Amino acid sequence: MSPLIKVRDVVTRFGDKLVHDGVSIDIKEGEVYGILGGSGSGKSTLMREIIMLQDFHGGSIEVMGKQIKNISYADSMELKKNWAMLFQFGALYSSLNVIENVSIPLVEYTKLPAQMIEQIALSKLKMSGLKEEATYLFPSELSGGMKKRVALARALAMEPKIIFLDEPTSGLDPVSAENFDRLIRELASLLKLTVVMVTHDLHTIEHVLDKFCIIHEKKILFEGTREEALASENYVVREFLKV
Amino acid sequence: MLNIELDFKSPDVCIVHVSGVLTKDNIDKIYSSVKKLKQTSLVFIELECSKVTLLDNAGALLLVDLIAFHTQQKSSATLTNLDKSFQSMLIFARKNLRQKISLKSNKSSSIVTFTNNLGASVISPIDSFILFLSFFGETFAQFFRLMLKPWLFRIKATIAHIEKSGAKALPIVALTSFLVGLVIAYQGAGQLAKFGANIFIVDMVSISVFRELAPLITAIVIAGRSASSYTAEIGTMKITEEIDAMRTMGFDPVRFLVLPRVMALVISMPLIVFFADIVGVFGGMIVADSQLGISFHEFIIRARDVVEIKHLMIGLIKAPFFGLLIALIGCFRGFQVTGSTESIGHYTTISVVNAIFWVIACNAIISVVLTEVGI
Repeated sequence: MSPLIKVRDVVTRFGDKLVHDGVSIDIKEGEVYGILGGSGSGKSTLMREIIMLQDFHGGSIEVMGKQIKNISYADSMELKKNWAMLFQFGALYSSLNVIENVSIPLVEYTKLPAQMIEQIALSKLKMSGLKEEATYLFPSELSGGMKKRVALARALAMEPKIIFLDEPTSGLDPVSAENFDRLIRELASLLKLTVVMVTHDLHTIEHVLDKFCIIHEKKILFEGTREEALASENYVVREFLKV
Repeated sequence: MLNIELDFKSPDVCIVHVSGVLTKDNIDKIYSSVKKLKQTSLVFIELECSKVTLLDNAGALLLVDLIAFHTQQKSSATLTNLDKSFQSMLIFARKNLRQKISLKSNKSSSIVTFTNNLGASVISPIDSFILFLSFFGETFAQFFRLMLKPWLFRIKATIAHIEKSGAKALPIVALTSFLVGLVIAYQGAGQLAKFGANIFIVDMVSISVFRELAPLITAIVIAGRSASSYTAEIGTMKITEEIDAMRTMGFDPVRFLVLPRVMALVISMPLIVFFADIVGVFGGMIVADSQLGISFHEFIIRARDVVEIKHLMIGLIKAPFFGLLIALIGCFRGFQVTGSTESIGHYTTISVVNAIFWVIACNAIISVVLTEVGI
């Protein structure tokens, strides 16, 4: 089976500064995949490049069989309906309340009646563990953790095939973080979701990820499962897992 | 493909055959049938799902919701023959079913709402004026505190703001005041020529530009440029908690953010107005030359003879006060920003409207007072 996301020899520069120097990774369908690396190593940049938020300067990225460099408008729309991103701080639309934030992709992209959309949105909010009282609040009235839950509900609204998470558990208390991890695992297996995440959380790395890569000094230092990483001789790889 | 068949065995017993692909992209097609099922009172309902070929979360939710609804109505509702691979989806949907919560409605009658709104719209400008006064006071208090310790004054920031709000505004100020000088001379020229009073174009253009037009046009342009940017800058800093960070470090926001901006405009406004005077009168000179045959040389000689220096001075003295007003309003509205990004836009609009209004109002007051006392 060919990988769902294929990154090949990607080169990224910010001005004179080289961020990626030939980065290649493969993400298979149904995998929960982590992108790890130190601060400023370009993990988030790589993720942003995959979802077409940022341009790259060399190499190629293929998502669901489509090259995203010079992609046609129709193809890019097709991809965008099939993936969703959970931003680190939620990135909720501040002019819409919680349930409107979750409903908006459904309102725009499906012909479902309003009642049904509301029902789906409520269910997604419950899935992501948001308290019922918060349903009609505005993003400015929510705490960081609540914003994250709403953002997850919004990301799930369109039932995407791939979901991208940028540090999903940062800013959550340990119990919530663990629940979040469990939820992602559950969703991944149930909805046959492919999950790509940038994370630092050791608990997430241990319990959620099927496979991960470590970006170090502009290159992929390691790609594989946790067991493989633990067996690795490389000091930096082991350092990442704190073993 | 998605199909739903309602097979009524008797008026209150229904077997529903669902078949095909049941996903968010097409369940709208069967929604009307589902709605109908919710409106008829049934004793027994069976959802027969053996021919469902694909089920997503939205589809599962639809089924689960229907079952839950009828169970609540005390009718016997079952779902049968669903393919095993979809069972977990169904369980997950059932686990996450949430009914709409009824909000405590605090809608009051329209007359109460009306009087409430009326009251609020009377009170809020007063509140906002009092807040503005206390902000003004705080700024002044900080200013005097700094007078005692002048080395704490943020000179670098002030100079940066002079460049950003003053120097960089010169081109647009030049263009607008040139055009205004041109236009009033142009309109005046025709009238004056009728009386053969061509030479009075000099008095008219010089006095009106020096006294009123240059300060006012400059102030309006600067209000549009800088009041808005001050509000947006400070508002954004408030949302990103930069202001809170400064407070915890003991950096007083008034000293760091407000005073440099206020001082920058107070210092640069008279200079910009002086520049606008030159360009505006120059616009008038061009029209005088081309329409009335008064050469630049004649214009300047006449101006030296008849235009008193006080007209220029009045315009220049007004300028720093306009600068103070614009900067204070811009900063004040910036600090009022709360929570959302939308509120930045809201307060930026208010700040520009306020700044322009107050500049024009103050100018009118000064104009009347000075004329009354005979200056």
